[in-house]
Amino acid sequence: MTAATSSATSLRAEQDRGRRNAQNKEKWAQGRTYISAAVILIWCLAPAYWMVVTAFREVGFTYDTSILPSHVTLDNFNTAFDTSFGNRFGQALLNSVFIGGVVTLVSLIIGVFAAYALARLNFRFKYLVLGFILGASMFPGVALITPLFQLFTNIGWMGTYQALIIPNISFVLPLTVYTMTSFFREMPWELEESARVDGCTQGQAFRKVIMPLAAPAIFTTAILAFISSWNEFLIASQLSSDATQPVTVAIANFAGAQPNQVPYTAIMAAGTIVTIPLVILVLVFQRKIVAGLTAGAVK
Amino acid sequence: MATEVGPTPVKAPASGGTPIHHGPKGVGEDNKILSQGKWASWLLAPTVIALAVVIVYPIISAIVMSFQKDAGLDPATGLFTAGGSAGVQNYVNWLAQQCAAPAGGTVACPPGTLGAQFWSATATTFFFTVVTVTFETVLGFWMAMIMARTFRGRSMVRAAVLVPWAIPTAVTAKLWFFIFAFEGIANKLFNTSILWTGSEWPAKWAVVIADVWKTTPFMALLILAGLQMIPAEVYEAAKVDGATAWQRFRLITLPLVKPALMVAILFRTLDALRMFDLPYILTGGANNTTTLSILVINQIRQGFNAAAALSTITFIIIFLVAFIFVRFLGANVVEQSGATGKGKK
Repeated sequence: MTAATSSATSLRAEQDRGRRNAQNKEKWAQGRTYISAAVILIWCLAPAYWMVVTAFREVGFTYDTSILPSHVTLDNFNTAFDTSFGNRFGQALLNSVFIGGVVTLVSLIIGVFAAYALARLNFRFKYLVLGFILGASMFPGVALITPLFQLFTNIGWMGTYQALIIPNISFVLPLTVYTMTSFFREMPWELEESARVDGCTQGQAFRKVIMPLAAPAIFTTAILAFISSWNEFLIASQLSSDATQPVTVAIANFAGAQPNQVPYTAIMAAGTIVTIPLVILVLVFQRKIVAGLTAGAVK
Repeated sequence: MATEVGPTPVKAPASGGTPIHHGPKGVGEDNKILSQGKWASWLLAPTVIALAVVIVYPIISAIVMSFQKDAGLDPATGLFTAGGSAGVQNYVNWLAQQCAAPAGGTVACPPGTLGAQFWSATATTFFFTVVTVTFETVLGFWMAMIMARTFRGRSMVRAAVLVPWAIPTAVTAKLWFFIFAFEGIANKLFNTSILWTGSEWPAKWAVVIADVWKTTPFMALLILAGLQMIPAEVYEAAKVDGATAWQRFRLITLPLVKPALMVAILFRTLDALRMFDLPYILTGGANNTTTLSILVINQIRQGFNAAAALSTITFIIIFLVAFIFVRFLGANVVEQSGATGKGKK
């Protein structure tokens, strides 16, 4: 504002001084960036690191606080799968894979059509539908669980797989539609036009041209859908039985030999098993996942 | 982005058959939109029907339930009552923290019962929401600003922030429970001996810290995506004009990233208002860490209908907050998807 009034000479002198300091400044700025980056890395990774280190520690040294791995053992992983204290972690893993798989598959199959319509077609009430779907994804789980608890009790569905799968769809499906819609918006749809010019019907153009192009978007959406189903706890904690409980519930209720002794090392081992596949998946598809997560929020 | 202009009725063609349809465009365009509309309704039908079954039906049935009396022993007569209509009694009971009295009517719920916890649970829920979302926004903004810079190892940082996000909340809760154990690493590192989950404020902060750790990355990534929409030339131009770093942040970054930021804050706020897993597993809701969601879950086994009333109240609170965000704070979620950052050269 007042810069305009400063004389040309003083401005030039300032620029000279600025140039001399520029290199130092840049180095300093770069240094600060690295320090900040290191802080972020430590903040994000240290607790996860602690989980893994504890998972490999002997039970007797649960509270060992040396930062580096110590008293390394694989016993905790055996304990995690041990069923003698009423834990069913192995079964829970299978349950989570099954529930997550079905929820993802159903949501993708249903959602891909809606996403195509929302991204591609012009119709009235489009924003209303989009708003409805978005509202659905923000819906609090507790508002669903009370009536479902009663309904499933009445029809004898408590503890069944379908009682876990159906409510899961209520929040995975909106997420799926929303993410895929944003992905579909950015695809090179001119190719569809060309295919139609070449004599394909709209359906053929979709199957032969768009589907192969959309595969990465659908795959990413599938990962996000699977992760959110895998992480679900609220509904599963209320509607599952010992036989159908997913891993999140199994870990939350993990019991030790003595009722008042929490088997931390075994829990951390179980947590590591549950987390590692997700982390690998997320790191491998990092770029796509970030695009999928932020899709819709910006752009 | 206004795509649909106000509908202008068009007379049906003489051939009959086709219903009256709307559209300001030419007849050819009109038919196209009509056929696209038909096509769209077929494509959308499965999703809309599925959501109607899994969401709309439960909402309606919850609302219906919330106006019913819970079946149970009548404290006045000792006889089993089958329920029946309760009017708005369930809602009144929660809001006024009233419980059924042995002599008929209602009295203030004794301390410790679920009925006496409504306002404290509401306060706790809002405390968690405001504190976690504030921390997550500030920290997330800072992380996003760092990740937007060019430096070696940037992709490593961007990958690392996904790790807390990818860990299931149930595991996160157990992990922080262990970190905050009396003999755990947190007390060791800070040379304290706090019983983290043993009293009110340490327990609350334990939940806040764990939640901030878990969800800041999501915030940071959303803000980063917003930052990357700002064209570099804008900053260059500002630099040439002599704007200081603070001026560039305040006058360029903040206003341009605001739409993405508001959406991120809205998402996180709505998520925090329904917080359940973390306090449920980390503290078990003890020491005043019971959120509204936990209260609903605890109530379910003591009476569906009272629980339904409470979950409806929770839903209304979340809806109101979302409404305020969209209406007054300009978080335009739906149309945000149609808008594009128009960086001028």
